[in-house]
Amino acid sequence: MSAAVPSRPFRPGGAARPRRSGVAPSRVTAVVVLTVVGLVFAVPLVALAQFTFRQGTDGALTLDHYAAIVDPVNAVTYQPVFDGLGASLLIAVITVGIVLLVLLPAQIVTALRYPRLRRVLEFVCLVPITVPVVVLVVGFIPVYQVVAQVFGSGAWTLAFAIGIVSLPFAFRPIAAALTAIDVTVLAEAARSLGASWWTVTWRILLPNLRRGITAACFLTITVVLGEYTLASFLSRTTFQTALLLVQSTDPYVAAVFSLAALLFGFVLLVLIGRVGAARQRTPKEPA
Amino acid sequence: MTTTAPAVPTSLITTGAAVELEAVEKRYGSHRALAGLSLRVEPGEFVSLLGPSGCGKTTALRALAGLEAIDAGAIRIDGADVAAVPVEKRDIGMVFQQYSLFPHMTVRQNVAFGLEMRKVPAAARRERVVEALDMVHLVDFADRWPHQLSGGQQQRVALARALVTRPRVLLLDEPLSALDAKVRVSLRDEIRRIQTDLGITTVFVTHDQEEALAVSDRIAVMNAGDIEQVGTPEELYRRPVSAFTADFVGQSNRLPGDLRDGDVFVYGFRVPALDAGTPDGPVTAFVRPEDVVFAAEGVTGTVVASSFLGSIRRTTVRLDDDTVVTVQHEVGDRRTTGEAVALRLLGAPVAVAPLA
Repeated sequence: MSAAVPSRPFRPGGAARPRRSGVAPSRVTAVVVLTVVGLVFAVPLVALAQFTFRQGTDGALTLDHYAAIVDPVNAVTYQPVFDGLGASLLIAVITVGIVLLVLLPAQIVTALRYPRLRRVLEFVCLVPITVPVVVLVVGFIPVYQVVAQVFGSGAWTLAFAIGIVSLPFAFRPIAAALTAIDVTVLAEAARSLGASWWTVTWRILLPNLRRGITAACFLTITVVLGEYTLASFLSRTTFQTALLLVQSTDPYVAAVFSLAALLFGFVLLVLIGRVGAARQRTPKEPA
Repeated sequence: MTTTAPAVPTSLITTGAAVELEAVEKRYGSHRALAGLSLRVEPGEFVSLLGPSGCGKTTALRALAGLEAIDAGAIRIDGADVAAVPVEKRDIGMVFQQYSLFPHMTVRQNVAFGLEMRKVPAAARRERVVEALDMVHLVDFADRWPHQLSGGQQQRVALARALVTRPRVLLLDEPLSALDAKVRVSLRDEIRRIQTDLGITTVFVTHDQEEALAVSDRIAVMNAGDIEQVGTPEELYRRPVSAFTADFVGQSNRLPGDLRDGDVFVYGFRVPALDAGTPDGPVTAFVRPEDVVFAAEGVTGTVVASSFLGSIRRTTVRLDDDTVVTVQHEVGDRRTTGEAVALRLLGAPVAVAPLA
């Protein structure tokens, strides 16, 4: 038996890049496909980026639009965007809170105690994706009359509605993380060793679900930052509604903010990927 | 696999606790998983619960662990009723069928987990973890992650993790069933060695009769939520009290017989019947393959197959009435397919069941 070889968890390292199998497309086909797909995504983004530097219609480039954002003279003009951004970030925090305090415990309890209800929970959580938001919002309007009476008409109250809309996106990664480990056996093993339910959740389950939980939170944040319909119909000012407002007076600055939001979303997705990659494991029973 | 067995750490040696299940019942809806099961396990004893899938053996073990609440009856450890004590306070060690090591903890952290829960000081914890890992020959693997271990190694770590807390009872829920045959045998023997050295009361659930026969002090054969027979491996094999046990433990030929005054007549041979309660008349007799021998004259038939099993040979004979009989005999005695043979029954007592 060889000596111990300590290494970091879930980073087996040296994982060879998978070799091209016989059914994989040729290199040329792969390059062509990736180039076309890349262009489809890149052209609008590059155009958007280029637009933020454009001066007039003669094609000259300038940094004026970026400078204008921080110029005190324009503070009043752009204030709605900053207000909207603040509201959206607050909504994001509350929505993530809903995911962590309502959805996550529900999924853990279902997996541990009521596995038969898993399909029901999945169905309920996936319903919002099958109903167009415009249809959902029609149902929300009377509900929000009550919400406004109870909680006031602050933009943060949108978190309740967006929490529902983001359910499908938050549910999937957590469900995937739950099926990747045998939660029941791990919980029973920990309890047989003397751990209380609280310790089981905190010390055993959450660390093993971290990847799914992080992905669920990031996806929820991107849903919040991209949500326009709910805010518009329920008359709340968020980042997206403010952008539309500013766009009518200054399209360049609206484009700058859009680009920033896209980059932020991109960074979040990269982070999800990194967290995921860090947790990839080798098969449980090596030869 | 390492064969030198280090002495078990004296700190883990226990006096063993008596375990008692009394008229335990467990229902799932209308299904009675445990139908008034009673069993007493003496301190330091290794008892296997053996039976087919769905017989309730795992439910019984889980009830003993506290992972399943029981509907009626009592569960006692050292005389104290623990039926209402939650699993984390029952002071048991358990090894599961599935690999149950915590994937985000190293081997060392896994083994230390139970000690942390019991608030053992760090220095003592480190020492005891090393002792426990040494006992299962895995001290060099202390800083590995579970996914870097083979299945057999993972189960040995699970065993060390279950024993390091010095539990009163060790419960093993088919811990070998996910392993390949060779590892299964070596780990089985290792578990038995450690159990004997520690003197810990152990309940082992398995559906593999060979496993149960090899390691147990006593075996409880289970059927339909209750115990069919409890006894030493030899008793169960040589003196099964029911057709179920005779059929489930070891291999048996089912031969037509006629029961008269405690003896059963099978193809003209008279052998004592084990079950005195069966009424006289036509019965099925369960005759072990080693209790049938080739003879110059007797019941005749034709050899249909013969298999070499290392130290013995088993030959299947189709009798003239189409009954199939397996004969266990010496390796040197070769029989060829199609050969006409005559069989004789030795006088060993056999289990009988009324003809359905």
